[in-house]
Parts: sequence; structure tokens; C-alpha cells
Amino acid sequence: MGKVNRRQLVKAGLGLAGLAVSSRFSFAIAQREEPIRIGVVLSYSGPYARLGQEITRGMELYLERVDYQAGGRRIQLLKEDEEADPAVAVRKVRKLVEQDRVHLLAGIILSSSAYGIRDYVHERQIPLVVANAAANGITRERRSPYIFRTSISAWQQHYPMGPWVARNVGKRVFLLALDYAFGKEATAAFKEGFLASGGEPVAEVYVPLGSTDYSAVISRIAAARPEAVFAVLSGSDAVIFMRQFVQFGLNRTVQLAVSGEVTDENVLEAIGDAAIGAKSGDHWVYTLNNSANREFIRAYRQKYGGVPNHFAVRGYDAMQFIVGALNDVQGDVGNKSRLLTAFKNAKIISPRGFVQIDPETNNATQHVYAREVARIDGVLTNRLIADLGVIRDPGK
Amino acid sequence: MALLLLTQLLNSLAFAMLLFLLALGLSLIFGVARVVNLAHGAFYMLGAYLGLVLTNALGNFWLALLLVPLGVGLLGVAVERFLLRGLHGRELEQVLLTIGLGFVIADLLRGVFGAAIRSVPPPPELSGPLFLGAFLYPKYPLFVLGLGVALFLAVRLVLARTPFGIQVRAVTADPDMASALAVPPARVSLLTFGVGTALAGLGGVVGAPLIALAPGLDAQMTLFALIVVVIGGLGRIEGAFWGALLVGVVDGFGRLFLPQAAMFLIFALMALVLALKPEGLLGRRVA
Repeated sequence: MGKVNRRQLVKAGLGLAGLAVSSRFSFAIAQREEPIRIGVVLSYSGPYARLGQEITRGMELYLERVDYQAGGRRIQLLKEDEEADPAVAVRKVRKLVEQDRVHLLAGIILSSSAYGIRDYVHERQIPLVVANAAANGITRERRSPYIFRTSISAWQQHYPMGPWVARNVGKRVFLLALDYAFGKEATAAFKEGFLASGGEPVAEVYVPLGSTDYSAVISRIAAARPEAVFAVLSGSDAVIFMRQFVQFGLNRTVQLAVSGEVTDENVLEAIGDAAIGAKSGDHWVYTLNNSANREFIRAYRQKYGGVPNHFAVRGYDAMQFIVGALNDVQGDVGNKSRLLTAFKNAKIISPRGFVQIDPETNNATQHVYAREVARIDGVLTNRLIADLGVIRDPGK
Repeated sequence: MALLLLTQLLNSLAFAMLLFLLALGLSLIFGVARVVNLAHGAFYMLGAYLGLVLTNALGNFWLALLLVPLGVGLLGVAVERFLLRGLHGRELEQVLLTIGLGFVIADLLRGVFGAAIRSVPPPPELSGPLFLGAFLYPKYPLFVLGLGVALFLAVRLVLARTPFGIQVRAVTADPDMASALAVPPARVSLLTFGVGTALAGLGGVVGAPLIALAPGLDAQMTLFALIVVVIGGLGRIEGAFWGALLVGVVDGFGRLFLPQAAMFLIFALMALVLALKPEGLLGRRVA
């Protein structure tokens, strides 16, 4: 090795300095050019596979409308399968944050997944937009400044149904729900208003998520002879329950006054006309007469064919919410406090009507509607029968 | 209450007949080929998905009911001829092979059909309820019930009266002696394996409108079939029939009155039978 002379030293020094300048410059460019990565965690398999598919469709439908651009930057979705299993959800969220370095998280079908990832996203300070999970606690005692819910809480959706069912459908009602946070909280919320309005539950039955046979439950309903069944089921559970309900001929003698999940358009497609007349409570109705809804239905029809459903609305609104906030902060996802403020002040012109984020709880305040299954323009869907008002989750 | 019990009894019996179809195939295969076919549930799933596809493609459930067991049975014959025969007499290897085969079939089905839970409607002729006075009951489970009983009687007749049935019984009782009496054990074993897997495929087509299709159903069905066969006694079709009825009824009423403990009750029943009569309720003591 020869000695290093002064000239070489100066050269090397200049070179290093130049490298530093150029790399800082290219870093700035890179940040402009680099897309905003949104990690999407939804079930694409198991009992909630259809939900994940529809929520994703809604998300992509909205992103296409804005050409996958927000705040001057490109939007990139990184999708992971939640598998309707909270342990898997935690693993996938960690992978998205640590390996893929996503800027935001969206999705989450299962309430228990939302609870499972809550502390992690809170500590990592990664904003999470919940597009489905309904457990009340997500925006109550377990709420976080980083977690927003654009869908609806179990209480919001089912509390207003109680008095309405007692007054308009029947007083002797059989309660059936999925045996986890969502089903239990929805039933408790329903009972709260239902009992106060003179309703009498004839039985309260909980079934495991992902059941493949409801005949034992149906036998109990047939024997109890209630005026109506209030059911909180979703995905494949809703399809199997409704199919067997019709097979047993109960649709002729017992009314259905159910969660909107049970008469979701995906379920109706599998059941057919036997479901006509079933009542439900939900935050979106096919026949809502507002321009956002007409535009949404037209776009969904054009891209996917068939009737849209409230899961697609949830995905659509989650992206609308995210894109709106990113526009407000000009794509600067690095400035968390500005982004969170933009989220808190968001108002969504949604297909379900006007939706506003409650800055105290980060939960969406919105209308809840009573609906009825009907055939409209040749398609099997739900029609509006009553607006149950603007419902805000009390947050405790 | 009487209405509830009657409805649930019919539900249980329909499920029991489904279990009988599975256990019958498993039991026949074990009797003749001396193989515990742990891919049996996977053949059931294969039958169910093929039934779904064929029913949609042909627009006819009954044609699917005929064709699917043939297809699954042919696959069973191929498995016996090309995979299992080379392992004749090596029980551990055979069991491992069938476990692996089950995984392969189940994962292929998952790859092709996805992991969503699929609910299958009954054919239009058997859709909806039957009115028995004030009592309503769906037609489809009654059809499954009838099919199960008819099949039980038919198989009994075949085993008792036809040359093939006599060969099956001979090989089941003593393969060496049967071989000495010019009964070809290899051919009988091949055919029996085909019939057994065809029955599993039939079970899949018939069972799909009763129990929705979901990943993991294969393992569940294999387990149920094994429990039935252990309780009823391996290698006898009466054992499979009565064992299936017992398991179906315990499962049905367990799910009605003690939903959390339904599976436990079945295992408790199996443990009880094993403790008191290890060869199964109708099994023969092996010398």
C-alpha cells in the first residue's frame, strides 16, 4: 500500500461531500415519488371471505375514482389475509408495519382482531382506519388517538332497532347471535331498547362463528314459536342460517327482524325470493335517494356487475375518508399530528348519507335505517322503510 | 317440547345416515384391504365440491349424484393400484400415505375453490318443507334418511347374495384361505377400495346441502367416520349403521342441550365403548 497524498485526500473528501449532497437530493425526490403505502388487513378466507372481498371492491372502486392519487402522491394498497383469526391479524399487521413499512392501516373485519392489534398500532403510532369491526370498545374504553372507525359500532347499529321492532314487528322475539364480542354487544344493545319498549325475549342463543349447520338452532326456534327472530350473524353463518330457516318453512310463520348483516345483498343472492319481507336495521340502504349513493351504485354495477352491499360501502367510505385527509395534508404522511387532525375533522359524503367523525371517540356518527327485503328493478335487495335517526355512539 | 325433540331427532338421523355412508366405505376398505383410509374425509370433500361444480354445469343434481361417485371411485381405484398396493402389509406406511394423500386432496381443493365457506342449496325437487299436519319438516333431510336406509339394505343384500359380496366377506374373514380357494384378493381389494371411496364421494354430494363446505371439513369427517367405526366395530356394515345412528343422535341432542360439550359427549361415548367392549358394539373378537 502506498502513502495517501494530499491530492487524493482532497479528491476523496470532495467526492464524499458530493455523494452526501446528491443522496440527500435524491432522497427528497424519492419521497415525492414514493407512493403512500396503505396496509389492508381483511379476511379473504374462512367464514368472512366474502366480506373481505366486498370491502376490497369498495376500496378499489373509490381509489379508481381518484386515479389512485391523494395529496399529489400515488396510493398503493398492500393486502393481507386476516383469516378471521385475531392471532393472524396481529402477525400480518406487524409484517405490514415492520417489513413493508406501510404509512397507514385500514380494514379489519373481526372485532377480536381490532382488539388484538390495538396496543401495537397505538404504540407504533400507525393510523388505523377500521372499516368493519364493530365491537363498541374499539372507540370506547380501548380507543386510541390513532384509531378511527368509519363503519359503525355494534351499539349504534342495533340499539335503535330495539324500540322499532317492539313497536312495528312483535314483542315476543327469539334472540340469536354469534358467540363473540360483536354478537354479544349487538344483542345487548338491541335488548336495551327492546325491553324498555315492552319487548319480551323468548330465548337468547349464541352460536360459534363459522358454524356449518344451524338445524339444532332452527329446531329451537320452531318449538319456541316466537313472533320474530332477531339474529346477529354475518358472512357464511348468515347464508347457512337463512337457507335452513327457509328449508324448515319458518319463513311462513316467523318474521325476521335482524341485523343488516343477515339480509346483506350477498346473502340474499344465495337465498332468493324466500327472504322477501325480512326486516333489518342497517346504516346503508340500496334505495337511499342521494347523489353519492346513485353514483356509487352505478360505478359498482359498471365494474363488478350485480347489486352492491353495505360491505362495499364500508370499503368505499374508508378510502374516501383516507384520501380526503391525505389531500388535506398534501400527502405529507410524516406529520402525524396534522394527519390525525385532518382525520378528526373529516366529513364523508357517503352513499349512506352524511357521515361525520366524532372527534371525542373517533367513531362515525351516522344515520341508521329500518329496511325490508324486496325485489326492486328485478334485483333482490333492501328497501328503506324508516329512518331511525342520526345515531352517535355514546363513547362509554 | 315434543315438537323440538322430534325435529331434532330427524335432524340427528339425517346426519347419522351421512355418517353411515362414510363409515360404511371406511369399514369395507379396512375389512378387505386392511388399510385405515385416513384420506376418507378428503374423498368426501372432493365429492362435495365435484357435486357442486357438476350440478351447476349440468343444471341437474341427480346426474351429479350418479357421476361424482363414479369419478371419485375411479380415483380410489387408481390410488389403490398405484400407491397402496406396493405397501401391502406395511400398515404404518399405508396409514401415513393416506394421511398425506388427504392433505394433498384438501389443499388442492382449497387452491381451486378458495377457503370461503360454501352453502349448497338442495335440488329444487327437494327444496322447502313438507307439511305433516301442523308439523313442518324440510324434505331434504328426509331424502338423506331414506337414501341411507335403502343403501344399508342394498349393501347387506349385495354382501349376502352376490358372488362379489361373498368374495368380499371371504377376504375380510381370512385372506390366505380365500386366496387358496381361488378368490383373487388383489382384485377384490381393488374393487372394494373403489366402492369405499365412491361411497365417500356419494356422501359428499348428498351431505353438501346439509353441512356447508368449509376448509377443515375433511379432517372433521374422517374423525367422525373413525369414531363411528370404532364404536360400531370395524369391518361390519351393521356396526357402521348402528354406530352411525348412535353417534348422530348423541351429537344432535348434545348440540341442542349442551352445545359446548357436544364433541366431548361423542368422545366420552367412544371411550365408554372402548373400555367395556374394545372390539366395538357389533365387532367380532379377533382371534
